[in-house]
Amino acid sequence: MFERLFAQAIVSFARTLTGVHAWWRQPLPARPGRVYFGNHNSHGDFVLLWSCLTAHERYRTRPVAGADYWNSSALKRYVASRVFRALLIDRTKAAPGEQRPDPVQQMAAALAAGDSLILFPEGTRNLSDQKLLPFKSGLFHVQETHPDAELVPVWISNLNRVMPKGELIPLPLICSVHFGAPLTKVAGEDKATFLARAQSALLDLDPDRDHA
Amino acid sequence: MLNWQSYWHSETLRVFLVACAVLTVASSIAMVLRWRIAKGQPHAVIDNLVARINAWWWMVGLLGAAFLFKRDGVIVLFALISFLALREFITLTQTRRGDHAALAVSFFIALPVQFFLIWIEWYGLWSILIPVYAFLLLPILAALSADTTRFLERAAKVQWGLMICVFCLSHVPALVTLEIRDYGTRNLLLIAFLIIVVQGSDVLQYIFGKLFGKHLLAPALSPSKTWEGLIGGILCATALGAALYRLTPFTLLQAASIAFVICLMGFLGGLVMSAIKRDRGVKDWGHLIEGHGGVLDRIDSLVFAAPIYFHVIRFWWT
Repeated sequence: MFERLFAQAIVSFARTLTGVHAWWRQPLPARPGRVYFGNHNSHGDFVLLWSCLTAHERYRTRPVAGADYWNSSALKRYVASRVFRALLIDRTKAAPGEQRPDPVQQMAAALAAGDSLILFPEGTRNLSDQKLLPFKSGLFHVQETHPDAELVPVWISNLNRVMPKGELIPLPLICSVHFGAPLTKVAGEDKATFLARAQSALLDLDPDRDHA
Repeated sequence: MLNWQSYWHSETLRVFLVACAVLTVASSIAMVLRWRIAKGQPHAVIDNLVARINAWWWMVGLLGAAFLFKRDGVIVLFALISFLALREFITLTQTRRGDHAALAVSFFIALPVQFFLIWIEWYGLWSILIPVYAFLLLPILAALSADTTRFLERAAKVQWGLMICVFCLSHVPALVTLEIRDYGTRNLLLIAFLIIVVQGSDVLQYIFGKLFGKHLLAPALSPSKTWEGLIGGILCATALGAALYRLTPFTLLQAASIAFVICLMGFLGGLVMSAIKRDRGVKDWGHLIEGHGGVLDRIDSLVFAAPIYFHVIRFWWT
């Protein structure tokens, strides 16, 4: 109960600060087991994406995030696990002989349980001048292990200007979140082709791509 | 101060009621059009018309509520509008990380201080705060960030955003601070006159353009502005201004001339703001007001008319 109020407060703050507007290429009826994958420029990315979903969708949509960051303090761990219900992935190298949960299996299990995921396939925040960093292979493997999952590209626009890295004061600029059409599965597609296709589906949604 | 009783008997209330009556007529016409022409089906022009009229209901309601709190209400309302306009302007403008400090100062210091100075009626300072002090400070902040890419262009953009969205617009609430001979405490009516005439001119240009518009006026800037719309709209709005002269300290002829000048400024302001939108490749400044686009799309004419109107009154009537 308290966690839900906390989450609602964060969502309301994000909405007010950024006046966020969600654009849908096509209506996406509520359904379990969806993977929203987006560009990653800011710590606030998943909150903004989250705040564009209906409350019902939001409660079962879990951000996939780095365990090293979110487990680094008790408060962060609480927020990640209870408020955002994040799916924490260990990004550090396992010691020899150590057993680690396989991230792809973790994601597949969450999808099988009816949850949706928010995934940033660039793996880390993009602080470069490029529009997108090369995708990691996670998205491809999720599709392999869980072919029913709808993969929805989501372009998050302007949030990197609200709070650039190293700045303390957020600017109240208007952000927009552009939801694309789900990728359709192509039988026998190899990893590189699939990732290139996913990447261009995402880039297509950028409203500034023509006059950058 | 909130004083229901004096409000109830005031001219401001009568102006508000007339505005509601006009909107009721507009809503009824739109309803008939939807019923007769669109036959209840979706229809681009009529749906847009209905959205515009509904937004007008909201805007008149907000203005009415602000007028209830007199001077303070108007200052707070326009500070908020300023904030929304500035965020639309900056959102659409390309800035870089090196502008962060300058932008933070614009939003969180320049804007509130400007309206605070109007509230304490310090004309000497509010009239130069942005054009002089912000003009010097903002590029200093940008220079300190050591990013020289397109420096002059960036400095100009931030400066322009503040000038248009904050400085120029703040002349509207500043009208309440003018002390006009033999006019008493009726200054809110000066604001009502400005808004009715300038926004009326926009609406009338739209109506004349839709009904009789044939010759495009500035095809490179706007596909909807026509000579027929401009002439019909401005003449009618000038007549509207003249008809409202009793609300003002002006004579009939003065009211008509002032109305003409602010309509013309409003029109030219719309043209300038369209040029910026064209340059950025967008149709609207934002999406906050259904049927109108962004806040800035609605107030662009007011922004250009307000300072001229303010200074005409300040020079000849105080």
